[in-house]
Amino acid sequence: MKIRTLLGAFASTIALSSNAYAATEIQWWHAFTGRLGELLAEQIEEFNASQSDFVVVGSHKGNYSETLNAGIAAFRAGEQPQILMVFEVGTATMMAAKGAIKPVYEVMAEGGAPFDPDAYMGAVKGYYTTTDGDMLSLPYNSSTPVLYVNRDAFTAAGLDPDMDLSTWQNVGEALDGLKAGGEDCPLVTAWQSWVHLENLSAWHDVPFASKENGFAGLDTELMMNGPVQVAHIEAMGQWAKDGKFIYTGRRNEGGANFRAGECALFTESSAGYAGVKAEAKFDFDIRTLPYWEGAGNAPQNTIIGGSSLWVMAGHDAEEYKGVSQFLSFLSSSDVQAKWHQNTGYLPITTEAAEQTKAEGFYDANPGTEIAGMQMTGKAPTGNSKGLRLGSFDQIRGIIDEELEAVWAGDKDAKTALDSAKERGDALLRRFEQANR
Amino acid sequence: MEKRVTFKGWLLPMCLLMPQIIITAVFFFYPAGQAIYQSLFIPDPFGLSMRWVGLGNFEYLLGDPYYRASFVTTAVFSLLVTVTSMGFALYLAVLADRLIKGSGVYRTLLIWPYAVAPAVAGVLWLFMFNTRVGVVSWYLGLLGYDWNHVLNEAEAMGLVVVASSWGRVSYNFLFFLAGLQAIPKSVIEAAAIDGARFWTRFRTIVFPLLSPTTFFLLVVNIVYAFFETFGVIHTITSGGPQQATTILVYKVFSDGFVSQDLGSSAAQSVILLVIVGALTIVQFKFIERRVHY
Amino acid sequence: MARIPDEGMVEKRGIGHYFTHVGLIIGVLVIFFPIWLAFVASTVTQSDIISPPMPLWPGDQFLTNYSKALTSGINAPVALMLMNSLIMAMGIALGKILISLLSAFAIVYFKFPGRRLFFWLIFLTLMLPVEVRIVPTYEVVAGFGMLNSYSGLIFPLIASATATFLFRQFFMTVPDELAEAARVDGARPMRFFWDILLPMSRTNIAALFVILFIYGWNQYLWPLLITTDPSMNTIVMGIKQMFPSGDDYADWPVIMATSILAMLPPVIVVVSMQRLFIRGLVDSEK
Repeated sequence: MKIRTLLGAFASTIALSSNAYAATEIQWWHAFTGRLGELLAEQIEEFNASQSDFVVVGSHKGNYSETLNAGIAAFRAGEQPQILMVFEVGTATMMAAKGAIKPVYEVMAEGGAPFDPDAYMGAVKGYYTTTDGDMLSLPYNSSTPVLYVNRDAFTAAGLDPDMDLSTWQNVGEALDGLKAGGEDCPLVTAWQSWVHLENLSAWHDVPFASKENGFAGLDTELMMNGPVQVAHIEAMGQWAKDGKFIYTGRRNEGGANFRAGECALFTESSAGYAGVKAEAKFDFDIRTLPYWEGAGNAPQNTIIGGSSLWVMAGHDAEEYKGVSQFLSFLSSSDVQAKWHQNTGYLPITTEAAEQTKAEGFYDANPGTEIAGMQMTGKAPTGNSKGLRLGSFDQIRGIIDEELEAVWAGDKDAKTALDSAKERGDALLRRFEQANR
Repeated sequence: MEKRVTFKGWLLPMCLLMPQIIITAVFFFYPAGQAIYQSLFIPDPFGLSMRWVGLGNFEYLLGDPYYRASFVTTAVFSLLVTVTSMGFALYLAVLADRLIKGSGVYRTLLIWPYAVAPAVAGVLWLFMFNTRVGVVSWYLGLLGYDWNHVLNEAEAMGLVVVASSWGRVSYNFLFFLAGLQAIPKSVIEAAAIDGARFWTRFRTIVFPLLSPTTFFLLVVNIVYAFFETFGVIHTITSGGPQQATTILVYKVFSDGFVSQDLGSSAAQSVILLVIVGALTIVQFKFIERRVHY
Repeated sequence: MARIPDEGMVEKRGIGHYFTHVGLIIGVLVIFFPIWLAFVASTVTQSDIISPPMPLWPGDQFLTNYSKALTSGINAPVALMLMNSLIMAMGIALGKILISLLSAFAIVYFKFPGRRLFFWLIFLTLMLPVEVRIVPTYEVVAGFGMLNSYSGLIFPLIASATATFLFRQFFMTVPDELAEAARVDGARPMRFFWDILLPMSRTNIAALFVILFIYGWNQYLWPLLITTDPSMNTIVMGIKQMFPSGDDYADWPVIMATSILAMLPPVIVVVSMQRLFIRGLVDSEK
């Protein structure tokens, strides 16, 4: 242990001296490439051009998981960035790491940049706020799942593209019709656990985990093997067996199929909008995520996915001042409205949403307002605030595995979800042990 | 075996050994010791605290049916890779051995996949069998076979086995060809004169004479499948579906670096340490790896 | 390996002879197919690929795709990744050879206390592949501040029992008379090492270099762990990083061009130095 402390001290001396050399450089590690990466780079450029005291430097560190891991590893090595992008799944991990992070509300208070916690949309910031109302990380990109409809595919199968798809019962009928009409790929999904279990639970106001989905304590247990979830996964499993639901992978592999016009229905993040709009050579529209008529309290509200920005501990006051200014810049209405309109992610402030509306964006791009409405329609309950579970990335992996067993016909829905709960709980207990 | 003639002094040889010893101590023995030490704790991911759990990590692992299954997966995977790559290599080597001229040309054509990294091989095969754009999966679809290694465990296993075996054929081919060419032709000829057909000759004479090579390759290929196929698994399946292709080495990585469960990862390191130790002993005991001391 | 074509060949030329060639050619085609496909994919456009089936004959986008890969890549220019790979492979190969030569020399030509101990310490490293100790080794490297650095890529991989044994084996076969003569002439040990032992080991060194270069070039797990900065990615691990994680599509032509570029250097080494390669392979596995 001694050697490591010594080495650590040695490494951090080097790190400190190099920081002192470029005292006002703010490192931001993120997970975006491609179009999103370009938009992010634009934000940085705009901020850097707007003032001369601080320079934000963005570095892409791989996908969400890899970025979080790079941040954790860097912290252990004493080389952590000032700002780390962490996906919503990593929230509990970051929250538990009290010595490794500096809560955003503290950064803002000390840095003196304008900051009004009430300006942020409740449904978005709730995910990243303590039960006492302190904002721990700044929401960056947030989206919620919606239903994309390939209208041409409906017409081709002899169905009315305007038919009501607000309930899964209706979607089931549509799938029957699509299949009968010769459609090979009636339904695909992205992010199965997020859409079909996490959001399903919130949307029907049933718990995903005990203790308010983990908000109220580390001693939480998974509850996503309840009747609503089992019934849904059972129906999906049957659709998979009948060739009405086509499984393409754990992430959003299905997006490629849908954008190529091969599939009729697609449950995916509202942020998929830009991609669909750019690539789809067919007529499409966006609907709210379907719910089961008569199950739970549906429709309640859906929850977000995406990432937030965490400020890492171990930097000096001047750097935190720069961080607070940058975070304040990112929250400004212009930046947010532009981000929302270009990506399909939700605006994080109510002001940005109103600005977008005032600019006539929703009228010009029908369907883009659905996500916001779906999230804010009702005040969130304990079941629909979000999820705060340790080792949640792993738990999602377990859920993915168990769902795959259902889609492959190896397990029935109840067995698979029971098994996911059991395996996930073991991880929650380990997380509790490590962070007690 | 000792040199009769040696130089005197101890300072110089110490200095000569130092680079290797330092590297070995710092990057091999210290980390291995750390792995054993850490396996008794559950640390938090950020290294802020460590909680003593004794053998708790081992209990947790051995109680996890997926970890136990990963042993079976590793065994099945290694066996399939070994059999596939050796079988195909033997087929090619037997053919090349029949040629009077030109076996050198085929050798050149067949050995270079050895140089392709397992991870790159993984990308190539993933591309061929990609469920959306893959050429092979598309033609299979045309034949009415719906290829989906993302969901089907057997297909996923098949794909990682083939991708791992592919570059390995070169290596095995080289050793089989050398082994075949070392068999005195007069022996085979005598059998041929006795009227033994090719297959009989192969079965009764050639293959037994080839057994030292075969056994050597068996062990070397198993070791390869155990440790060096990480790149293939990581690029093609990431251990899925349902951990059907999660071999032990992949799990130690994913628990340690993807899931940040350092206690579990360290405990797995210790278990792997025992396995590698056993494999190394087998390798040395049964293959004449000429180390005498 | 060379074999004198003897008159008593069992299979005479004839039908069987052609079947032999056909059998081999099929084998070669099976082995080649994945590479061919990758090459074709690296010469067509993205839209040729995403609407299957893709063509099986090269297109006209060779220059576009390769120059895009080399100069901009996806996360980092592939030219940069090639450079990183080259430095890592050379560093590992030369480093391993150097420290192994020195320690083998010490073990064979000197008698000193602790010699057996050191020998066994080196031997034990065979039982500790990097896969077995990834987390703690990572921590050590991080502690030295060697993440995202060439030394971090190279040093943890250059201790090699295999190379040490190989040189030890070879030194054992060097006639004792040579060392005896050197000693009589009053030559110092290092002089003997440089002037006699090293020149004699040339072929062994070259053969081992070929094997170790490929070993170093093809490293995947270790670079994956310690290079979080795209500009330090090596090409073999960089390919996987080119697959998008989120809402983007995989740029197959560029990824495939990168795959071809990643395999080119080691393949050239193997094919052009075939004899050394085979020798190195046989030596290092014995």
